[in-house]
Amino acid sequence: MHNPKWLQITTYALLAFWLVIALFPLYWMITLSFKNLVLITTGPFFFPWIDYSPVTLGWSDLFESGQRNRFLTAMRNSLICAIGSGLLSLVLGSMAGYGLSRFSYKVGIWRNRDISFFFLSQLILPPAAVILPLYILFVESGLYDTLFGLTLLYTVVGLPIVIWIMRDQFNSLPVELEQAALVDGHSALGAFLKIATPIAAPGMVAAFILVVIFSWNEYLFSAVLTSRTSYTLPQLVATQVSSQGVKFWTMAAVGTATVAPLLVIAIMLERYIVRGLTAGAVK
Amino acid sequence: MENPAGLIPAARWQKALFVLPAFLLTFFIVIFPTVFGILVSFTSWTRTGTTLDGPGSGFVLFRLGDMVRDISEAIRSTWNGIDNFRRMAGDDAFRTALKNNLIFAFIGVPLQYLVALGLALLLNQQIRARKFYRVVFLLPFMISPIAIGWMIGKAMFDARFGPFARIARELDITLAFYDTGFKAVSWLIVISAWYAIPFVMVMLLAGLQAMPGEIFEAAKIDGAGRWRTFVVMTFRLLLPVSLTAVILRIIFEFKLIDIIYVVTGGGPGDASQTLSLYIYKDGYLSGNIGYATALAEVFLIFVIVVISLLLVTVGRKIRSLY
Repeated sequence: MHNPKWLQITTYALLAFWLVIALFPLYWMITLSFKNLVLITTGPFFFPWIDYSPVTLGWSDLFESGQRNRFLTAMRNSLICAIGSGLLSLVLGSMAGYGLSRFSYKVGIWRNRDISFFFLSQLILPPAAVILPLYILFVESGLYDTLFGLTLLYTVVGLPIVIWIMRDQFNSLPVELEQAALVDGHSALGAFLKIATPIAAPGMVAAFILVVIFSWNEYLFSAVLTSRTSYTLPQLVATQVSSQGVKFWTMAAVGTATVAPLLVIAIMLERYIVRGLTAGAVK
Repeated sequence: MENPAGLIPAARWQKALFVLPAFLLTFFIVIFPTVFGILVSFTSWTRTGTTLDGPGSGFVLFRLGDMVRDISEAIRSTWNGIDNFRRMAGDDAFRTALKNNLIFAFIGVPLQYLVALGLALLLNQQIRARKFYRVVFLLPFMISPIAIGWMIGKAMFDARFGPFARIARELDITLAFYDTGFKAVSWLIVISAWYAIPFVMVMLLAGLQAMPGEIFEAAKIDGAGRWRTFVVMTFRLLLPVSLTAVILRIIFEFKLIDIIYVVTGGGPGDASQTLSLYIYKDGYLSGNIGYATALAEVFLIFVIVVISLLLVTVGRKIRSLY
């Protein structure tokens, strides 16, 4: 459909407006990380080098002074949890997704549909509804304040998403190749590993990224189930909010460092993120 | 794509091998704690007062007996029957939190939907640099809600040094963003929408792009105007995707906690608190695990009931997707 001139102008004006809405908070945070007390209290200054000269106080707070160790620990913990839970839920979720797509299950009155629904229904569960019993069980079993415990938990939260995406992915692939592999004497597991997973790679990338994003950003589980050693970045940000007060520059540096990796991932892998978010929703 | 015969023949153990690990992990980390929580909700368990001996040494299976004894002893010594639920009935903070949960879900999400629909329609036009807009519009959804809470709720909306407050002060206006419960909840809805809109937008855009172009050509030939085409065709064809997106958003909006925790801490008073935040603050920060677990179980039942009602009443179309 070809649009008249007025509609085109309105379209671009609205797009520009939303660009500002989407980007200004990020822009403001990044510029804050290059300010100091004087610049913040006498501002607002919007353009570095034009209406103020940037200082690196926040970043030196983060990387040189006392914050350094806490920040690097949180960054390392977040990386381990995010990638660990991403990989683990990808392995378990792909297998479950494959099984639900290719085999026929009958456990009591449960069929494939019911098992899929069981996994998917886990999405509804609010973390706050299980967090306190989990806290007790984690303390009792020694998983409390361990990266292993947190990774295991994030894996479970990621599973429904992975299973949903992967089942959809396997459903869209032709089954003949795997059937041929069975005739050639491969086991079901062999057909899954050697034939199905390589062509399911796009779905796997999408599922992996979504779990990584979730784990990287998650707050409540990390806040309750870790304390001195296994805290993650969102927890660091949350504690800084109360302890740093008006030291906006340090906060802004911590915040920028926390969100930057995911922004880079989003810019590079937008296609996969969209694919994961919309899996199964559009037929 | 259901195939009753199964597309690939496999022995029972092989089929189990594929699904059982995911099932067992989900069972032990989610289902079991939820059921265990029912017991805890009938106790006055506190974080500091009720001590556990913790894990002994050795392989985990050998410690299971100790753990069961440890926990059942703690439950027996703190058992207080239905006191928690009786207290909940007269708890104003609980009622406010429940009300706020409903406000965030049923006022916040429709607003997110309207804006996201507008954006999706814009991006579905013939525009230059569409990819660029799509990527940038997605970015807010990548950011940790905790960081969003600080970045927007604290840094931008700061009443002393935020850009809006300072510009307003030049005009002799004193801005305060969170001084009443209504204002606090309203701004939290805005901040939460900033985070959530990209998700809805992506879903709707995918729905728009999956629509066959021919029917719109046909509508044009029939002389249907833009508005009529939108209402009669686009919106209706988009309805299944819209419902999916809205229900998913409602599910996630019920979990809302991190933004509120950072921005208002639930205040002023308890006015902008949700149940998740109440459970976190009362159960973990104040340590009243017994009472907060009772809250949590009620919260869980509440969420399951609301979502089931939604799925039954408006979601018939969605169920075909399972």
